[in-house]
Amino acid sequence: MSTITRRAALAAAATLAAPSILRAQAAPLKIGLVTTLSGPGGYLGADIRDAMQLAVEQGALPGVQLLVEDDGLKPAQAKQIVDRWLKTEKLKLFTGVVFSNVMEAIAPDVLEEGAIYVSPNAGPSSLAGKGCHRNYYVVSWQNDTLHESAGENANRLGHKKVFVLAPNYPAGRDAITGFKRFFKGEIAGEIYTRLDQTDYAAEMAQIRAANPDAVFQFHPGGLGIAFIRQYQQAGLGGKIPMVVSSPSLDSTTLNAVGDAALGIEVSAQWNSDFDNPVSKKFVADFQAKYNRMPTYYASQGFDTALAIAAALKGTGGKADDTEAFRREMLKANFQATRGKFKFGPNQHPVQDWYAIRPERGADGKLFLKTQGRVLADRGDAYSDQCKI
Amino acid sequence: MRESSRQIFVLVASFALLAALPWIAGAVGRPDLVTLGSQACVMAIAAASLDLLMGRTGLPSFGHAAWLGLGAYTVGILAFHARDLGPPWDQWAVQAWAVWPLAVLVPAALAAVIGALCLRTSGISFIMITLAFAQMFFFLFVALKTYGGDDGLTLRRRSTIPGIAPRDDVAFFYVCLAALVLVLLLLRRVAASRFGTVLDGIRQNERRMMAIGLSPFPYKLAAFVLSAGIAGLAGALHVNLFRFASPDLLHWTMSGELMVMVVLGGLGSLWGAMFGAAAMVVLHAVLAQWTEHWQIVLGPILVAVVLLARRGLWGALGGK
Amino acid sequence: MTLLLEQLLNGLQFGVMLFLMAAGLTLVFGIMGLINLAHGSLYMIGAYAAAWATLQTGSFLLGLLAGLSAAAVLGMALEAAILRRLYARDHLDQVLATFGVILFCNEAVAMIFGRQPLMAGPPPWLSGAVEIVPGVPYPVYRLAIIATGLLVAAGLYVLISRTRIGMLVRAGATHRELVGALGVRIGLLYTAVFGLGALLAGLAGALTGPLLAVQVGMGERILITTFVVIVIGGLGSIRGALAGAMLVGMVDTLTRGFLPATLRAVLPASEADALGAGLSSMAVFILMAIVLLWRPRGLFPAHA
Repeated sequence: MSTITRRAALAAAATLAAPSILRAQAAPLKIGLVTTLSGPGGYLGADIRDAMQLAVEQGALPGVQLLVEDDGLKPAQAKQIVDRWLKTEKLKLFTGVVFSNVMEAIAPDVLEEGAIYVSPNAGPSSLAGKGCHRNYYVVSWQNDTLHESAGENANRLGHKKVFVLAPNYPAGRDAITGFKRFFKGEIAGEIYTRLDQTDYAAEMAQIRAANPDAVFQFHPGGLGIAFIRQYQQAGLGGKIPMVVSSPSLDSTTLNAVGDAALGIEVSAQWNSDFDNPVSKKFVADFQAKYNRMPTYYASQGFDTALAIAAALKGTGGKADDTEAFRREMLKANFQATRGKFKFGPNQHPVQDWYAIRPERGADGKLFLKTQGRVLADRGDAYSDQCKI
Repeated sequence: MRESSRQIFVLVASFALLAALPWIAGAVGRPDLVTLGSQACVMAIAAASLDLLMGRTGLPSFGHAAWLGLGAYTVGILAFHARDLGPPWDQWAVQAWAVWPLAVLVPAALAAVIGALCLRTSGISFIMITLAFAQMFFFLFVALKTYGGDDGLTLRRRSTIPGIAPRDDVAFFYVCLAALVLVLLLLRRVAASRFGTVLDGIRQNERRMMAIGLSPFPYKLAAFVLSAGIAGLAGALHVNLFRFASPDLLHWTMSGELMVMVVLGGLGSLWGAMFGAAAMVVLHAVLAQWTEHWQIVLGPILVAVVLLARRGLWGALGGK
Repeated sequence: MTLLLEQLLNGLQFGVMLFLMAAGLTLVFGIMGLINLAHGSLYMIGAYAAAWATLQTGSFLLGLLAGLSAAAVLGMALEAAILRRLYARDHLDQVLATFGVILFCNEAVAMIFGRQPLMAGPPPWLSGAVEIVPGVPYPVYRLAIIATGLLVAAGLYVLISRTRIGMLVRAGATHRELVGALGVRIGLLYTAVFGLGALLAGLAGALTGPLLAVQVGMGERILITTFVVIVIGGLGSIRGALAGAMLVGMVDTLTRGFLPATLRAVLPASEADALGAGLSSMAVFILMAIVLLWRPRGLFPAHA
């Protein structure tokens, strides 16, 4: 393009876009996105970030600028980023955190400074009950409900004796607590694996010896891939069914484990085959832009962007008045990718949970297919302890 | 030890700069620099304590993060239980004058036991056995559900220091800076003392020390314990700075980073550890803001420092 | 009883894997006196190259070949570019420089392959399980790993005790300067030994790929355990590496398998599990501390 034509094109673009540019300059609302982009858990944060950027590019958040930084899954690093943004950028609105330990570390800092936090993933119990806060919202789920849905799914499938496994850290123990809260049968065995462990041969032997109806396991990301593969190779795959919650099998890990995933029963609040226009458009746009299937994390990131957009629309694009923002936010006046969505008394979601199963598509590729509803309008176990 | 005139000039300038940091941060509109400054001071204390072992005594400990973590958890755990304790203990458990000394004593006491075991080995075995003990503490805190396990432990408010508001970041920065100055002066005294001379001798030639009738073991153990205690103080400041402690603080990569700080600053140079720590903290912050792939820049920098700048930043300042 | 048998096989398989890693690490330490933290990065590179090539070509053997060559070639390049300059340095410099190499390799792999874990399964002819004794099915692939590892151990034994290269290696381990004085091109020998170590790390990575998740950071997990192995075995000793690998493999697998259940006999279930998991994480480090206190130079010290 020659200089003259380029200048002409720019001038034309400027004329066309002038009103929106002016508005953006008048009120450039910055949202701080602190998320995990490095290390083995990095793809979770990348999906959340990409989905939110997609929402911004589609114009869902006019006049909003996303500031993105990596917490490296280190709480101290996240606290520093938040501290800097609070002081230098005077940010009022934060989101992005993937892991509960990072969430627990930064939430007090954000909230004590009078800023707002909207979580696209982590929903630790410590911030859902007595520790709830007027300016703290969770769009994804409260951690326990993920596993409650798996417990209910196990009941639905008629399992009476289930062997449970999770890594020995708080989120792992919460997973087993959540599963047991809804599962009505007997626990055949309970193992806490190591967080740094990727070889589960010893556990496979114990599962075989206990001979349960089914296995419930919570191993997010790369750990889950290793677990499912080894389960298959140990010859347990076809014999003892596995029930998991969504973090243990998402569309990224599904690609990685391949056929070994067939026969696993998952439960989640959203799936890529949901038959509503928002979800369909989101899945198509995400695939077109990033050339990969969106995970649950991506859908949560997108829903978070939509929820914030709806609230900002009500307040005229401002987040300074947190009470006005809260009134608008709690209306949840948006169409979520997961369909039905509203906030409970502790500002965590009340939503439906679905059974999902990996199946082979017509093109020979595996995909996650929604089977039916497991829980309807489920809030969480902590909301009655919350006094806002 | 004798500082060159250029080194003294840089040292005075650095402390003047640090003392003026809150004003500078205010003037350029970056109040977050104060937190960064506090962090640099805290890490400098930890690095200086490790330098006493690595640089002066010739004991390369690969588990120094354990003491940092133990100091932090001592403060965190006492504050966690403060409300369950009856008076007057509930007040004491959050007072800096009461809990910070404990954060020094607990790691020091444990270091006396563990050091006595570790010092039976030397060289590469010493590197590995210190790593082994640090990993045990790491897994211990990951498994302790009461104190948050892997999720870490949040400190509700900073330890009470009379006359200082708990949320005053500038005041806390001066507390960290004062602690750093005191620690450096203490370590300088140690270096100039007979004890320090013996440690130097042990590093240079342990057999010769034995030949002149000195048993190196008690001196090495004393250095190990002192170093752990100072690292414990750094831990106490660290947990107060971020109002948060997590097992990350005890992870082996933290031990590695502390070693990097010491060598970057200049092994055995005392003041150097401070510059090494500050450089790492600032580099970390700058690179992470610049690119999410910041480690790809940091890695080669480390290699280059080891290969090309053996005397570290402090040595480079000293000229020939 | 069958549970114990299966756990023993698991311990053997983990031990064999650790041996593949430890052999290279201990050789490099014994001969060049280098502590190479980046050994775990070579393992990761082997795993990534193998998984990527398997996914591209659909052939497990081509993938294995790719993993081996990538690790060996990059290992030798790393040796020539950086590590060679560290042989004469003290251990501290080596730890720091190779720490820097780890950071670089992790980020480089993340930039090339992305953060998503990568995985190619075992080939169809090694999938599934066989009954080793009636009632105990065991994965064929794990049996194949055990067989490969034992073959490599035997091969290394022959190489080191029966060949000229082995003679140089043994001589180099005990009298480093003397070998150079005898006119052996020591630089070439070093590069060859380093390449062999990298090859074995690549083999370990390529073999574990189909079993575990291929992801950034996988190298550090096994690296620390490998160090425990070679310290227990005695630095620089292949025999020690084998003994240490088996010991660590067994202790880790058996404490993980049986400790929580044993503790349940005396403690409430939830506390027994938490304590058991914590203790089994610490088990290999406790083992290392005990061995070092009992024999500070390890079980089979190379330089007697």
